[in-house]
Amino acid sequence: MTNSPVFKLNFADVALDDAVPTESLLRWLNRRGMSGTKEGCADGDCGACTVALIERDGDGRAHFRACNSCLLPVGALPGREVITVEALADGAALHPVQTALVDCSGSQCGYCTPGFVMSLFAGYYGSELNDLTTEGNLCRCTGYRPIREATRQLTLIEPPRDRFHDLLAAPCVPLVSASVGNFHNPVAIEDALQLKQTHPDASWIAGATDLGVSLSHGQRVAPAFVALDRIASLREIEVTADHIRIGACAPLSELEEHLAGLVPALDQMLPWFAARQVRNRATFGGNLGSASPIGDLLPILLALDACIECRNLGGMRMIEAADFFLDYRKTARAEDELITAVVLPRRSGRMTAAYKVAKRQTDDISIVAAVFALECDDDQRVCHARLAYGGVAAIPMRAREVEGFLLGRKLDTDTIEQTSQRLRAAFQPLSDHRASAEYRSALCASLFERFVAEHTP
Amino acid sequence: MSRLHESAVGHVSGRAIYTDEQHPPVGMLSLHPVQSPHAHARILGIDAAAARAIDGVVGVLTATDIPGENDTGPIIHDEPLIPAELVQFHGQAVAWVVARDAATAAAAARLVHVEYQALPALLDIPQAIAAGSYHLPPARVARGDASAAIAAARHRIEGELAVGGQDHFYLETQASWVSIDAEGSVQITSSTQHPTETQIIVARVLGIPAHRVVCRCLRMGGGFGGKETQANPYAAVAALAAWKFGRPARIKLPRAIDMQMTGKRHPFFARYQAGFDDNGVLQAIDLDLYADGGWSVDLSPPVLMRAMVHVDNAYFIPHVAIRGLICKTHLASNTAFRGFGGPQGMIVGEEIIDRVARHLGLDPVLVRERNFYRPGQNPDRNQTHYGQPVVDNQIERLWQQLLERSDFHARREDIRTFNRAHDQCKRGIAITPVKFGISFNKTEYNQAGALVHVYTDGSVQLNHGGTEMGQGLHTKMLAVASRVLGVTERSIRVMATSTDKVPNTSATAASSGSDLNGQAVKAACDTLRGRLAPVAAQLLGGQAEEVIFAEGRVWLAGRDDHTLNFAEVVAAAYRSRISLSATGYYRTPGLSWDPALGQGHPFYYFAYGAAVSEVEVCGYTGVHSLRRVDLLHDVGDSLVEAIDRGQIEGGFVQGMGWLTCEELRWSNSGRLLTDAPSTYKIPTIDDVPLQFNVDLYRRADPPSTEVIFHSKGVGEPPLMLALSVREALREAVAAFGRADRVDLAAPSTPEAIFMAIDRVRAHAG
Repeated sequence: MTNSPVFKLNFADVALDDAVPTESLLRWLNRRGMSGTKEGCADGDCGACTVALIERDGDGRAHFRACNSCLLPVGALPGREVITVEALADGAALHPVQTALVDCSGSQCGYCTPGFVMSLFAGYYGSELNDLTTEGNLCRCTGYRPIREATRQLTLIEPPRDRFHDLLAAPCVPLVSASVGNFHNPVAIEDALQLKQTHPDASWIAGATDLGVSLSHGQRVAPAFVALDRIASLREIEVTADHIRIGACAPLSELEEHLAGLVPALDQMLPWFAARQVRNRATFGGNLGSASPIGDLLPILLALDACIECRNLGGMRMIEAADFFLDYRKTARAEDELITAVVLPRRSGRMTAAYKVAKRQTDDISIVAAVFALECDDDQRVCHARLAYGGVAAIPMRAREVEGFLLGRKLDTDTIEQTSQRLRAAFQPLSDHRASAEYRSALCASLFERFVAEHTP
Repeated sequence: MSRLHESAVGHVSGRAIYTDEQHPPVGMLSLHPVQSPHAHARILGIDAAAARAIDGVVGVLTATDIPGENDTGPIIHDEPLIPAELVQFHGQAVAWVVARDAATAAAAARLVHVEYQALPALLDIPQAIAAGSYHLPPARVARGDASAAIAAARHRIEGELAVGGQDHFYLETQASWVSIDAEGSVQITSSTQHPTETQIIVARVLGIPAHRVVCRCLRMGGGFGGKETQANPYAAVAALAAWKFGRPARIKLPRAIDMQMTGKRHPFFARYQAGFDDNGVLQAIDLDLYADGGWSVDLSPPVLMRAMVHVDNAYFIPHVAIRGLICKTHLASNTAFRGFGGPQGMIVGEEIIDRVARHLGLDPVLVRERNFYRPGQNPDRNQTHYGQPVVDNQIERLWQQLLERSDFHARREDIRTFNRAHDQCKRGIAITPVKFGISFNKTEYNQAGALVHVYTDGSVQLNHGGTEMGQGLHTKMLAVASRVLGVTERSIRVMATSTDKVPNTSATAASSGSDLNGQAVKAACDTLRGRLAPVAAQLLGGQAEEVIFAEGRVWLAGRDDHTLNFAEVVAAAYRSRISLSATGYYRTPGLSWDPALGQGHPFYYFAYGAAVSEVEVCGYTGVHSLRRVDLLHDVGDSLVEAIDRGQIEGGFVQGMGWLTCEELRWSNSGRLLTDAPSTYKIPTIDDVPLQFNVDLYRRADPPSTEVIFHSKGVGEPPLMLALSVREALREAVAAFGRADRVDLAAPSTPEAIFMAIDRVRAHAG
């Protein structure tokens, strides 16, 4: 491990010697008088603190990835490269992204603007210029119409061969392992497992989009951290004829790109999962590790009969998704185990679909998420049924009794009606600030009805 | 004329500086509140010893530290800055920890031990009504004999409507910093819409005259009314820390604390009766309006009054009786929010109109049209229920233009066809009007000042009493000053708003910022131009009346072969010992208001607009999407078109958020559950329709009122264009069944729409 952690901020090396590793990059920047990056919520939900992080995908190509600097612990930064809004203009000459926003009247109070600039900046060099680019940026003034127009104008201008282009084209320097205080960044699974053995009370941390919220609020999450976001083997995605193996720390944005068209439920659910900045960091492993009852990806694993691959120094084991969730945020993963991958079997002939209902249709937490998989035999009778839900119980859960009811039946009106009745009573969801129990129960049934209506002739 | 926001380059480059980002002076302290875990409780004791013992803690402020009056109430003095005995809402600060940095203050605040005796709390309007808990006596606005007219009417309806509140969610939370200068003056920098009031309240709390306090505001990261009065307590507590400890002190509320402690748009509850004829023409309404004021009065009386005088929206109602009450609850004190009660009044009016239409089985569009205010009719149908004529009435003409432009009737036919073909997916389209009174209801606020300095090199400093919160006021003031002085905008610098430059200002609010300050700036610039013209005439060898000032050049009319630089004229004026500094002052003419009677002429004029929204609703989930929006709004002769369009679009989307996804929820103990963007959802870019057509109303004649360069105020009125979304949702819900009424909760979340569809289907079955 190296002794003097350094990262590149706006092309210049900056030492992290005296940094508190759990401090967010946002606070660290603001403390140094770099006030262009704004704190709107410190929760990862408003995007005002967006910066661009250089990330390399599996084949070594570099990308600017927009991420929320309020969720990024500085302990994760050694060896990384970060661009903030201050670096974009070249003296008085604005960057094309900035010019587009100015020309379209894309700012009013201006407080959210640097975040929009950085999301658009990453999208501009990464060829994603649409509403997804800025869905994680809240603006309270403009009504977004001018920002959408600026985004459209940028699609008409090729990125210049400027210093940012050169940065992406520069030879790949692989990240090496590094530690900032008790925040450890190994590059190999074995090292990670060794670190966990040395520091048994350390917490695994992947994209930090969940733990980062706690850290941002000054909560003491754990005395030490083993970060997983630079272990290349955890980011691999493998597609074979009969399964898809997703490295536990592959960012969700990369799944969107690499698995597009292969798993309909993933294609449907991923765009509803938080927003671009979060998907650029969030991972399957993190979603499973925090095991929230409303983790949007988890019903997918239940519905598709996925397996979860875990490792410790003793070896590797596969846990079926159906056996993984034990109780509220309690899983079958042993404390010293690391989630290394999820494996989705590939089966043809199954109808699958994912649904999510929330108060707001982007970047919101589910009221109910549902993922269904059904297969009928030649006689049109159900021979396989998975009805998996999030948001209706202490853990993501299948309606097993109802699945059993469906087996052997034809999907006629009577079956659907009886299934709906059973689904309404299948769970005892809570009432909370997102929705009433009554609405949640009703959705369990009506989402199934919608699924059948959309997938059967 | 299309100009850009004066700070646009600063915004996109991150160089625009906000209150908390100025280089902190040496020794700057930070504050953090000790918040009550009860909504209503007696404070039995505060033990701060453990907090004081923390390294870096300078002290803990409690009520006993306040040298002046312990009160920040803007109208009624009922708002202790730090309560001495009684907690009145969950999260209220009973003490403030002052420390060398924010993290230390926050950590130490958790160590302050407060002993409470919990008391029963009132947490919503129904509870307050049941307990008879109100601020102030009822307010009334009435015309004619409403009960007799309802009794005599051919048709009658009655009903109730509860309307949710709204968090401002300005991106920059409440922020202030204060230092005491070498002369003992209190220098405040605050993210405040009302620097004068901040100044006055800090002076009140410190027990010193206003002349010892200066309040500046550079720019705000959003305000929307949330920093009209509610910036004051945070400036005051920072001033108290600076005063007591002799070091500069700053405060910037973390998001959750901002949402817990600051007031919001008032939730309302309405109970109404209406009488009408076979054609749906209203004869009378009788209405009880209840506003949830929260724990203190704040601005609730004028908010309630604006609701009471906007129930009519664009509709003439012969007989009206409205009683208004402000419920006193144990919640944060609700406050100004874009529209200032107007939206809550108008939503009730539109609810009644829709009920009338469905009750009679008539087209809501037709019923709206039949009830419009109309000039030149006998008997008169152009007089509001509070005694003011609807001046410059453009409602009908604007409405017809929008119906045509949006292709409304043809699209509605298409939607009917679509709905017949789809069982679980229904579309709805609706058009609603906006008529919104411009001026502060409180007559004395309708005044403004400006101070303009010309320096000998020809450069100009512009000071005015308004604040910049993103709405583009400074951009408009630049346009006014450059037009009157005939200089380029580059040569003018707008200075930070400061109470030592322009004193006794009004809040930048009530859509009146550019009307009031624009006239004051124009008056100051007219004075300067009047002084410079004779000097230029002498230099050019002509008469003062012949002098033309434009784009930094000066010449005589018809003789543009000989021009001077503005700077040359200025230098000559200086040599001739002519004053190059002038104040400007303006008061809105013709206003009167009797709050006891609820009668008068409170508004200089009305802003008009109309909106068409089209939605699609999913019957399985209640989730909707906004397919298309067409807005048409009257800004008179726009001062800066890009700025006005921004206000219209932004106001509409903010109103849409209030009516759809933004829902405030509290726990049974009065704790705000939706205190972060993870739980409180304002619209994102995906909620904005891809077809979002915004047009400025092209008038045949300029407005009849003398507003600055024939423009019209635009800050608030467009928010209420979003009522068209609510009515379109109602149309879509109605298509799921057959109903002579469609009850739809506000906000219309997916759950609310789902439940509304359930009711309509049950009715049809």
